[in-house]
Amino acid sequence: MPAVTVTDLKKSYGTVRAVDGLSFSVGEGEVFALLGPNGAGKSTVVEILEGHRTRDSGKVTVLGTDPGTAGQGYRDRIGIVLQEAGIERELTVREALVHYGACYSRRRPVDEVLDLVGLTGLGDRRTHQLSGGQKRRVDLALGLIGDPDVLFLDEPTTGFDPSARRHAWEMIEGLQDLGTTILLTSHYMDEVQVLADRVAVVVDGRIVAEGTPDELRGNADSETLVRFRFPEVDPNSGPVVELLGGLAGRTSLRNGVLEVYTEQPTTDLNLLTQWAIGQGGALEGLEVTTPTLEDVYLGLIGGDHGAGVEDV
Amino acid sequence: MSDQGRPSAVGLLFRQINYQNRLFVRTPIAAFFTLVFPLIFLILFGALFEGVDVAPGLEVDPAQFYAPGLAVFAAVSATYTNIGIGVTIYRDEGVLKRIRGTPLPRWVYMGGVVGSGVVVAAVGALIMLAVGFLLYGLEMDIGNALPAVVTFVVGVASFSLLGIALAAVAPSGQSAPALANATLLPVAFVSNVFISVRNNPPAWLDLVGDIFPLKAFADAFFSAFDPFEEASAYKPWLLLRIGVWGLFGALVAVRKFRWEPSTGAGGASGHRGRRGRG
Repeated sequence: MPAVTVTDLKKSYGTVRAVDGLSFSVGEGEVFALLGPNGAGKSTVVEILEGHRTRDSGKVTVLGTDPGTAGQGYRDRIGIVLQEAGIERELTVREALVHYGACYSRRRPVDEVLDLVGLTGLGDRRTHQLSGGQKRRVDLALGLIGDPDVLFLDEPTTGFDPSARRHAWEMIEGLQDLGTTILLTSHYMDEVQVLADRVAVVVDGRIVAEGTPDELRGNADSETLVRFRFPEVDPNSGPVVELLGGLAGRTSLRNGVLEVYTEQPTTDLNLLTQWAIGQGGALEGLEVTTPTLEDVYLGLIGGDHGAGVEDV
Repeated sequence: MSDQGRPSAVGLLFRQINYQNRLFVRTPIAAFFTLVFPLIFLILFGALFEGVDVAPGLEVDPAQFYAPGLAVFAAVSATYTNIGIGVTIYRDEGVLKRIRGTPLPRWVYMGGVVGSGVVVAAVGALIMLAVGFLLYGLEMDIGNALPAVVTFVVGVASFSLLGIALAAVAPSGQSAPALANATLLPVAFVSNVFISVRNNPPAWLDLVGDIFPLKAFADAFFSAFDPFEEASAYKPWLLLRIGVWGLFGALVAVRKFRWEPSTGAGGASGHRGRRGRG
């Protein structure tokens, strides 16, 4: 039985449809990521799953119960790591873990949790003396102290510097070994690529793509991305239209940069260089790469969200 | 890893009271305003009004009036003011939001807040009375001890509920101290706490004092120390007036209390004055 199932979930705030017919399921022990830009509805979904927000319609179960009607017994089995939940500054890390741990029926030993999140030796420090990254570790430790069957991680690394993110990822990867089911939200493609078994890309309250990170890349592996600064010529002029039409790959022009996704990079590059030389110019800032998942993601959320995108 | 079954609610409640007490003693400014501030008043009034009648027609030693009055003030600071400000700050900082995601029953959290407020109030009141007995010759008929305790319990329970109501309506931790003081201090001046308004006060002033619960609390508590009191020191009508306000507080709390920070208030911890007054 899946740990989490969501079927045709809908939630509106006034006239805004925050969640608009969303369905997915998360298997036991799986790490599932909801990926999307800010305002896509990810947090609303998670809050509904935590039982803190009502839904307009749809079916939701976590661990076989409906969070909308579940009581404290349900919270006994889940762990929640919120984006902005404070910690009592008057307490030490250990005191906070002991205090919060006391209200769960199962609890992990405090020292084990401290080790797990990389706070070994900091147990006796007051929480207000910790750095931002260390506080986030305490958040995670508090989410784990009750030995949850399902852990909700809402944007676990937003606002981190790159090295802190690496550390956080290592921690979360460590949790997978414990067999905890994890539902994570993020707006970082690289994060879900590292952490998630499966990803659903959410845009405007709907899932626009779902699969393993590899599946999401789809045929991206077989394509090459050619990118360069497009000269300031009218893209609708005859020669340009003819040039672009002659290319084997798909083209798009973003912020004055032409991108060509092509399975025949040699021929297409040949056409482009000939055209550039014929113009007496060069392909400024030329890059030839394999598209990353980031490129795929930006393409998926494109339309309304990627600034300044226009199709040629 | 251990599985002891769900912890009992009573056990959790004692834990919560203990936890709130610990938070209180580690917040020096709250401890100062609750315990030291009324004590300074007591010592000042004791020195300023030594040998002076409290008011025409109330020929008692000043300490006989001020020690119980300031005991009530300390108790109200420990409950109404501290709970109102403390809970609002914890909401701003997202602590309440975190607690809401744990299996801790909400009523147990509130029970801990109130229970700790009552403990701190009792400590504050006992300090005022002890200083009164030791330094200023405060006297009390031992037969009035029980009525004094009953009055005290009804008073602090009601002002605790009003403190939660204050937290429910306060928009942020920054405005909570101002709200607490603006509602408490002016009322305190017409409620027989700082000065006696027993002797023919203007009618409107008497009325203002009678509307709010503080004067009822102070009068009922003082009656246990009043050497001229001939009736019983139990004041059921005054207690009823206090209790009605407590129920009103409970009603506001149930209807208005939020666990989430108001938009923009969350997460920005660390740079705001904690429990600073006004």
